[in-house]
Amino acid sequence: MTEWVTAILLLIGTTFMLLAAVGVLRMPDLFLRLQTATKAVTFGVVFTFLAVAVHFAELGVSFRALLIIAFFFLTSPVAAHRIARAAYFVGVRLWEESVVDELRGRYDPQTHNLESGKVPDSPSPAQQPPSKSPQQTEM
Amino acid sequence: MTPPAAGPLAVAIQLSWFFLTVALVLAFLRLIRGPSRPDRVVALDVIAVLVVGMIAVDAIAHRQPVILDAAIIISLVGFLGTVAFAYYVEKGGPH
Repeated sequence: MTEWVTAILLLIGTTFMLLAAVGVLRMPDLFLRLQTATKAVTFGVVFTFLAVAVHFAELGVSFRALLIIAFFFLTSPVAAHRIARAAYFVGVRLWEESVVDELRGRYDPQTHNLESGKVPDSPSPAQQPPSKSPQQTEM
Repeated sequence: MTPPAAGPLAVAIQLSWFFLTVALVLAFLRLIRGPSRPDRVVALDVIAVLVVGMIAVDAIAHRQPVILDAAIIISLVGFLGTVAFAYYVEKGGPH
């Protein structure tokens, strides 16, 4: 019985990790790749380490597995936010079919401070070069 | 200890190795291809998490719970490396 539960949890977790890697390869845009890499990977880690906790069923081992899960819940949004913020400020372009860029014109290009209420007329760094640059994704 | 020879857990472990290996290859393709530097940072982050998942599968397969400590350390180092890379990308530029 425990064996079945472990097997099912392990398969769910590793399947979601595989789907996350497929998304990281196939998504058209850095920000879309980033949300795949954050959400699906966290889901996969949760189920994989739940499988570890169920399989060993000892206090120390299960505590370590739950500790890793809690650690991923804490750190993966922070890391994704740091990468997305840095990428937006250095001018990584959005996907050309993206419908909204809510940060456009709302931050100071020098100090990187965000403001609300400023008129969004200045172009965002993601839209500034009208010609296709080599950093544009090819997929 | 040897991995379990038969039963649902043995099948699940083999499939998990296969999935994680394919996922590593795909993330490594994005690491090679990644047009901008943040793309490579994302790919490295995913690779670190996949290695943590491989450690979990190995701990189950060989009944060795001690290597979970290595999983904790690798996840910690992966997070710190991602934040540090994000800092330098913000200072440096997209390429």
